[in-house]
Amino acid sequence: MRVPVSWLVEHLGFDEVPTPDELAEAFTRIGIEVEEVSPLGPVTGPIVAGRVVEIEELTEFKKPIRYCKVEVGPEQVNQIICGATNFVEGDSVVVALPGAVLPGGFSIAERKTYGRVSQGMLCAADELGIGDDHSGILVLPTGTAQPGDDAMELLGLNDTVIELAPTPDRGYAFSVRGLAREIACALEVPFGDPGLAEIPEPEGEAWPVHIEDRDGCSRFVARRVTGVDPTAPTPWWMRRRLMLAGMRSISLPVDVTNYVMLELGQPLHAFDASSLSGPLTVRRALVGEKLTTLDDSVRALDVDDIVIADDSGVVSLAGVMGGASTEVQDNSSDILLEAANWDPASIARTVRRHKLPSEAAKRFERTVDPALAPVALERAAKLLNHYAEGSIKPGRTDVGVPALPEAVSMPIDLPDRIAGVRYARGVTARRLGQIGCQVSVTTSEEGQTIVTAVPPTWRADLVQPADLVEEVLRLEGYDTIPSVLPPAPAGRGLTEQQRRRRTVWRTLAEDGFVEVKPFPFIDPSVFDAFGLAADDIRRNTVGVLNPLEADKNVLATTLLPGLLETLQRNLARGAKDVALYNVAQVTLPRAQQVPVPSLGVDRRPTEAELASLLASLPHQPLHVAGVLTGHRERAGWWGKGRIATWSDAVEAARRVGAAYGVTLRVVASDLLPWHPGRCAELRVGDWPVGHAGELHPKVVEALGLPKRTVAFELDLDALPLDDHRPAPVVSAYPPVLLDVALVVDDSVPVQSVSEVLGASAGDLLEDLRLFDVYTGEQLGEGKKSLAYSLRFRAPDRTLTVEEATTARDAAVAAAGERLGAALRA
Amino acid sequence: MSGANDPYDPKQVAALSAENLDAAVQKAREAFAGATDLEALAAVKPGHLGDRSPVLLARREIGALPPKAKAEAGKRVNEAQSAIRTAFDERFAVLQVERDERVLREESVDVTLPWDRFPRGARHPITTLAERIGDVFVAMGYEIAEGPELETEWFNFDALNFGKDHPARSMQDTFYIAPGDSQLVLRTHTSPVQARTLLDRDLPVYVVCPGRTFRTDELDATHTPVFHQVEGLAVDKGLTMGHLKGTLDAFARSMFGEDSKTRLRPSFFPFTEPSAEVDVWFPEKKGGAGWVEWGGCGMVNPNVLRACGVDPDVYSGFAFGMGLERTLQFRNGLPDMRDMVEGDVRFTQPFGTEA
Repeated sequence: MRVPVSWLVEHLGFDEVPTPDELAEAFTRIGIEVEEVSPLGPVTGPIVAGRVVEIEELTEFKKPIRYCKVEVGPEQVNQIICGATNFVEGDSVVVALPGAVLPGGFSIAERKTYGRVSQGMLCAADELGIGDDHSGILVLPTGTAQPGDDAMELLGLNDTVIELAPTPDRGYAFSVRGLAREIACALEVPFGDPGLAEIPEPEGEAWPVHIEDRDGCSRFVARRVTGVDPTAPTPWWMRRRLMLAGMRSISLPVDVTNYVMLELGQPLHAFDASSLSGPLTVRRALVGEKLTTLDDSVRALDVDDIVIADDSGVVSLAGVMGGASTEVQDNSSDILLEAANWDPASIARTVRRHKLPSEAAKRFERTVDPALAPVALERAAKLLNHYAEGSIKPGRTDVGVPALPEAVSMPIDLPDRIAGVRYARGVTARRLGQIGCQVSVTTSEEGQTIVTAVPPTWRADLVQPADLVEEVLRLEGYDTIPSVLPPAPAGRGLTEQQRRRRTVWRTLAEDGFVEVKPFPFIDPSVFDAFGLAADDIRRNTVGVLNPLEADKNVLATTLLPGLLETLQRNLARGAKDVALYNVAQVTLPRAQQVPVPSLGVDRRPTEAELASLLASLPHQPLHVAGVLTGHRERAGWWGKGRIATWSDAVEAARRVGAAYGVTLRVVASDLLPWHPGRCAELRVGDWPVGHAGELHPKVVEALGLPKRTVAFELDLDALPLDDHRPAPVVSAYPPVLLDVALVVDDSVPVQSVSEVLGASAGDLLEDLRLFDVYTGEQLGEGKKSLAYSLRFRAPDRTLTVEEATTARDAAVAAAGERLGAALRA
Repeated sequence: MSGANDPYDPKQVAALSAENLDAAVQKAREAFAGATDLEALAAVKPGHLGDRSPVLLARREIGALPPKAKAEAGKRVNEAQSAIRTAFDERFAVLQVERDERVLREESVDVTLPWDRFPRGARHPITTLAERIGDVFVAMGYEIAEGPELETEWFNFDALNFGKDHPARSMQDTFYIAPGDSQLVLRTHTSPVQARTLLDRDLPVYVVCPGRTFRTDELDATHTPVFHQVEGLAVDKGLTMGHLKGTLDAFARSMFGEDSKTRLRPSFFPFTEPSAEVDVWFPEKKGGAGWVEWGGCGMVNPNVLRACGVDPDVYSGFAFGMGLERTLQFRNGLPDMRDMVEGDVRFTQPFGTEA
């Protein structure tokens, strides 16, 4: 909301008006956010009112150019070139004479242009720093000024516009009235409330109105003004204020409704009464009803929309936008003014539904003072009477019963207790009175002093003690609240899971991976590139209703798409050796979608309600994934480098497991987008928790990635929190080291051999390590030799070679029995 | 050579004369000194300390001396031999040091050779910041709470006192989950964790929750639709806005240095009443120390407590929330928000594992 300071202080009893910055500071201190403080101008030098005496149209140029004789003072006529065409001879205009400097350092001088000498400039409003209207030059209403009058004063250029952004709870602050009151409270100056003006007793109705929907409309007030001169211009002072507030002047009746809305906060609507047929009814729209609104678009109405209808059908989308058929026209002289209180929630829905935000709707959504309607109408009617010779009919329609704010009571020291401040005696009652509450103080049966505040009609937001507390605290100033650390509770630190997650996060970084944070929005077509089957579980995604990028409209079920896209971006920017990782939630729909229960907020949900609420959410486990391409070890002066392979991906996954405190088992797997022969499934026991390996060549090709790109992904939440980590017994006795080479079929996974050896070598086996894999002619087709070194040790004695050999032989025998392994000759 | 029982005059056994022994010592010293390395020293050693060296040969003659002369001659030989041994040891030590030094010199390399064989990894600075904030509050006795990113409207709005059609709901440009009536959203703030915490934990609670949040802002230099917040919540008996201020001040000091502090400005959030915007005094602000908008806070609205089954007449609480990207942006002087989301390794790598 933009307010010129001159307007703001009109109702305030300042001995000396504070500077705009002081006013801005006061607004900030009490919680009305200041977006901008913009002084008008600066304009210096001669700027005067002028009268256009003669217009010569120059036709030799590509665009219309006018050469005007303009009277700029007694007996003084200047010749001025002008590119605008929105004025006629005799119009009163604003002229910047040579020597004037306009905002932006724009100097005016006598100069030759379009083949003529131009002695000044006819100014548009924005060129003077008043608003942003550049649709033509500023034409002043007839009689506003005489040629030669100083325009600085006339235009009120010595003014400042403060742009404010009141919070949505303070509907009253979307008006000069409400903002002036805030300043009155903040700076403790007298305030004459224009919203409490006396209104005359009516005689009869202005128009028959029936409220069918009392929930949608709590009050409807109408006043009729007839004989309005449709040619009457909007007075300059009103146009100026509208312009400075950021609104365009349209016609006197419309300008009057806008002006009163800005001043008091009550949106008004003006009907052309002659276009209305029969009584008005306030109701919800019927199925299939349509309305052509003021902006000439035909809108299909929803049965939730509140409308005003006459005998011909809907004539207005209540509180949001009027209808075209009953709009005030250039020739309207019989005007029905409407002021009403609409249900804020209904208005909000209508605005969203029709995407029709408006100044009126903004105020109705935030609740309009229910006592204001007749006052605002009276003000508007008087303005029409004064400036367009309209005659105010004696009748006033006033139907409906607005809800008034209810009394709120609280212990008088509650503000002190919430703030942690001991306020001076009487502060609470005084501050509540200052904002317009009727305040009474009583003593409860327990001897407690209770303050009861009946909020003023414009403060529908004050409904509970906390609301009153905030008023006292903000007006006393948040800067008076002390800084005190609460006594520290005994916390338990991070949970086991949180600590291990941190370790995972750190481990991958220490291991050469760079963490990235791609968005969770993905394009489902990536799953085609992944080659996933139509029924692949990962295609079962949760959709976003209003995605920012239309094609990225589902939430990731796997972190790989985001990571691979980030990888592509890095490669496109010239990176070669890249290792990326991401730790993030993925979203997995439940097999059975549980509907979201409808819960109130007046009490704690029951355990059953809570359980069904939680069950209505998709499963969102925390995943960790990584991708690698290029060198895992670089080449350099030390020798060759090493390209990342499937084994680096598997190893990274295993390290994640180790960081989490679990040992991951590896079994061969075949899952897209991985290479069918280079894909490992990671398991905890027999429970799969993720995959690692080289990406499928087709996937790599489809995504334009470097060949042999490798990746892993694990479900971190699937890893168990194994707390049982007994300390090992470390024997100080010497070990016995034995090597063994076993020949097995190629198809036997190494992990099986290792597991059998480890399980069968007995307790004396301390360590088992594969140190070589050999294939060759000597072994025969389809065979491989696995060379292991085994370290045996006894906890309590020096082990003999014989004992160790016996244990080794048992292990070898088991491998032979179960896997057909033979000792290599 | 004399026979064993021959009468013997030591003065006639020239080898045992003081002059000869002194000469042998002198010769040995000269020979050792002349050896320039350990090998040369080893080569000359037998001639002066070996079985056939002059002093050892002289020792053999002692037996031929009359008893009264034996002791004196023995002493002379011992002294000579000891002197030669000492000379050898000293020289050996000197040459050994020289040899060791030379070896080390010869083994020297150019240690300025770069070693970038294993590319360095790094954590995202948002991760590090979130951890760091967590640590600050854990040190104050808080615990770290968590919640899902896809939330029910009940947790994201209703329980936080957002009226069904109140404009505050549309203040937060929400990503809605399909279908239109799902009543599910991507959480617009970490505040739903407030309600989750109150429903889940025993009182009193002191928790912080760093997490990812979503709003439908187009990505540009100062906005990102996916960002991170940290939420703080304390609910206990007798908590005041002064306690909130004290907590925020401590938080500010831990983030921006001992000279930092906070300022509260009245504001509005449905889930707090009274509410405030938090400005932080940032000593290293571009263009000089000054106030920077940091986040929002307030006393937990009694309606929120009620919806979570907490009696607002017995308990009070405070809550606060800050944007991590924003914090990082002004704290570390990051000019463009896009750098934080694009995942260019050149942006993240310099942060290392601890930023």
